[in-house]
Amino acid sequence: MSKKENKNESGSAESAGECTAGDTKDDKGLGLGVIFFILAFVICFLSGTLLFPKLLYSKKEQPFNFNHELHVGETGDCESCHAIREDGSFNGIPKLAKCQECHTETPLGETEDEAVFTEMYVAKEKEVPWYVYSRQPDCVFFSHAAHTKTEGMDCVTCHGPIGTSTNLKPYEENRITGYSREIWGQNIWGIKKHSWDRMKMDDCAECHKKETGHQGYCFQCHK
Amino acid sequence: MKVDRRSFLGLGLGAVAGFSVSPVLLKLTDDSSIWTQNWPWTPVPVDGEVIYENSVCSLCPGSCGISVRKIDDRPVKIEGLDEYPINDGGACLHGISGLQYLYDPARVKVPLKKNGDKFEEISWDEAVSLVSGKLADIRTAGTPEKLACIADKDQGSVSGLLQRLLKTFGSPNFYTMPTLESFLELTASSLHGKGTTLGFDLENSDFVLSFGAGIIEGWGSPVACFKANASRKERGAKLYQIEPRLSNTAANADKWIPIKPGTEADLALGMCAIILKNNLFNTAAAAGFKGGFNKLSAMLQNDYPLSKTSEITGIKESDIEECATLFAKAKMPVAVFGKGRGDGSQSLKELIAVHTLNCLVGSINKKGGAFVLPVKKYLEFPEESMDAVANEGVAKPRLGRYVHDLFENINASSQPAVEVLFVYHSNPCYGLHDTKTIKQAFGKIPFVVSFSSFLDETAKEADIILPVHTFIERLEDVPSGAGLAKKVVGLSKPVVKPVFNTKHPGDILLLIAKAMDGTIAQNFEWETYDQCLEALAGSIWADLSENGHVILSENIPEGSPVMDISFLSGASASVQPNGDGDLLLIPIDNMRLPGAAQAAAPFAIKTLSDEVLKGRDTVVEINPKTAQGLKNYDLVTLTTPVGTAKVMIHLNEGIMPGVVGMVKGLGHTFDNKYVSNKGVNINDLIGPVIESGSGLDAAFGIKAKISKA
Repeated sequence: MSKKENKNESGSAESAGECTAGDTKDDKGLGLGVIFFILAFVICFLSGTLLFPKLLYSKKEQPFNFNHELHVGETGDCESCHAIREDGSFNGIPKLAKCQECHTETPLGETEDEAVFTEMYVAKEKEVPWYVYSRQPDCVFFSHAAHTKTEGMDCVTCHGPIGTSTNLKPYEENRITGYSREIWGQNIWGIKKHSWDRMKMDDCAECHKKETGHQGYCFQCHK
Repeated sequence: MKVDRRSFLGLGLGAVAGFSVSPVLLKLTDDSSIWTQNWPWTPVPVDGEVIYENSVCSLCPGSCGISVRKIDDRPVKIEGLDEYPINDGGACLHGISGLQYLYDPARVKVPLKKNGDKFEEISWDEAVSLVSGKLADIRTAGTPEKLACIADKDQGSVSGLLQRLLKTFGSPNFYTMPTLESFLELTASSLHGKGTTLGFDLENSDFVLSFGAGIIEGWGSPVACFKANASRKERGAKLYQIEPRLSNTAANADKWIPIKPGTEADLALGMCAIILKNNLFNTAAAAGFKGGFNKLSAMLQNDYPLSKTSEITGIKESDIEECATLFAKAKMPVAVFGKGRGDGSQSLKELIAVHTLNCLVGSINKKGGAFVLPVKKYLEFPEESMDAVANEGVAKPRLGRYVHDLFENINASSQPAVEVLFVYHSNPCYGLHDTKTIKQAFGKIPFVVSFSSFLDETAKEADIILPVHTFIERLEDVPSGAGLAKKVVGLSKPVVKPVFNTKHPGDILLLIAKAMDGTIAQNFEWETYDQCLEALAGSIWADLSENGHVILSENIPEGSPVMDISFLSGASASVQPNGDGDLLLIPIDNMRLPGAAQAAAPFAIKTLSDEVLKGRDTVVEINPKTAQGLKNYDLVTLTTPVGTAKVMIHLNEGIMPGVVGMVKGLGHTFDNKYVSNKGVNINDLIGPVIESGSGLDAAFGIKAKISKA
């Protein structure tokens, strides 16, 4: 046996010895590693699920509260304010001029919100800077007329029962995209229970697939 | 228990695994992909309420109805207005580019006064007081006729106010730039009596014989002409195009007949001779001729035998005979004149000769023919009150018959023939022949007032610029004309608030008049132009303001008008081009470049092909046979008796040998980097040639030489 081989054998024996001696230590290390793993896993999972949405979205209050239920009761339907124009385009959130068809500088109600509206906006002829929960990305074409008039869809299908709400919830803006949380949906997993829980492209496609048999083509919306 | 590296490894792996199964990665992937599509520098159309406002375009004489799309009160697009009686939803590229004029870099933003070589900003009060002061000076000197005015047209309220100001001031010197409408009126008044004009029923004609009229290149009311031409195939109508170059109209025609430039009148008269010789004329119509029908007939038979016509025009005898016969035998033929856009130089002999064809075959006041229409005065101006100075002044002779005479006389006079010149919505320093002498004449006028929205070539020569609103910033009546068979007056409305400190030209004139003493101010008692227009429009105002237009006439005129052909009986010699070069330089009207009054919008310039403008060089067309071995895009020096220019060559078999074609509308020199310093202004190279008898500048071209640069 050569000197070299002796060295190797000796080395192997040392290694084996170290390995055997180290088994007891490693068991403890592994145990601790597992604990750390589980701990980190749980913390990160929970923070990714619970804390992350709070960091991702910034909450913004609307200029003042708006009672949809009251207004629907007074006007009778959604279309009185959110109307489709003669050319088929949708007016979205009505301009101040529309509000002024009923509201004058003399408040119609006694709430603090009514006072803010008349003093800050009606009297000053200033448009109300509403945050729009359902604002879709720029350059995405969507025809309200095709869905509600031609196909007879109800507003609730996409917008939910907002017409029966008495308060406006805070507007949550995605810090990265600048879009409203309503587009992705309140559930951070993107899981929806109702048709109005999400307003992503996949949701459009899903409904189109169901109703028309085809999810649609890119250029139908992306113009 | 010892925390070692494995513990940290466990911690790290746990964190990664924890985040991986949480929604973080899924959500961040989605959000980051959206984020990358929203860079702050990516242009995004501003969202807002969409509304449409209707108005009328006055960029060219076409007078099309337009619909301006606005988002939250900001105009974003101009479209043709559906059901408008002229264009019915159609629009040309200049109309749809109209918004670019609002923000044009050459816009005059405030009143400017020239100080040395530079302009300085002044207030409106100061500007009006300066102008009225100068006017008062020449009136006090007893020379009110030394106020002259050049406008784009003689119809409409703003032009009417200018004419009223000149008349009550005491000056007979109101001029218009050459327009198709002015040539139509001149032809109609020569043949059918004063106060008449012509319209052509192109949309119903079954045989259009066009003597170079660019039916799809901006002639007349461009969109109406496009539509008439587009329906030609459906109607089974024919278009024969006679011109030296295979233009788009010629390419689109049933037959293109190339003709030696400047011999169109001879061809028309030669065709008249054939129609007379073969008894193809309408006998009832011929009975209505005055001024020597037999004399004309004898003259034509004698002077224009077929062989001679063929020799003069360079067209085969069989083609001339076929063309004349088909024209005369068609049910609803119409012969159309006005080369290119119809607003360039014209020979009255040619205009009358072509229109005589219409008279001979009985196409006057017939469906599909030529309509003799009264010049409609739809505005009711109150009677002017004139003082002694005004009466004396207007009785003095005009400085010239046409605008080019005015400048010739100014240049010829040692004393200032004109003390104050108003220039409204026209650009003579760019658009008239031999611009060098026009600028020289401007230099001899002590006080030039420009009513312009842009610091164009003429405004740069002015002593004071009173900036006016662009066509979509103001209220104004827009009368149609330009060869349409129907007469419509539209209402241009301010669809946007003025972008700069400009004023309505009508309001400026009211301010100037009110600053004058005595009867002049009394003649302009309206508070504002808006009030003035409402008062002038009188009985049609209600319809005009409510519907945006009023149709003044649309039916075929009744009766047979006088047909006085005495001008032809004593016809003058044909116009000959100046110079002695081997080649003949002729202008080309291109639909992508507008007329002389307004430079093209940046968008229109971008649509020019490399065969018109390559880089910054004008590309001229020349037949390979006379190209002297030159190749495409060779740079050459083009020399005429008036000027020289460096241009590029485009070999084109569609232009007659010996002819060089150069596009009109390029070579602007004012401060607009998108439009100016591109190509050559053909008016720098062509000089006027005055037609004897009519006094018109009838230069259809100029002799030229080409040498390799």
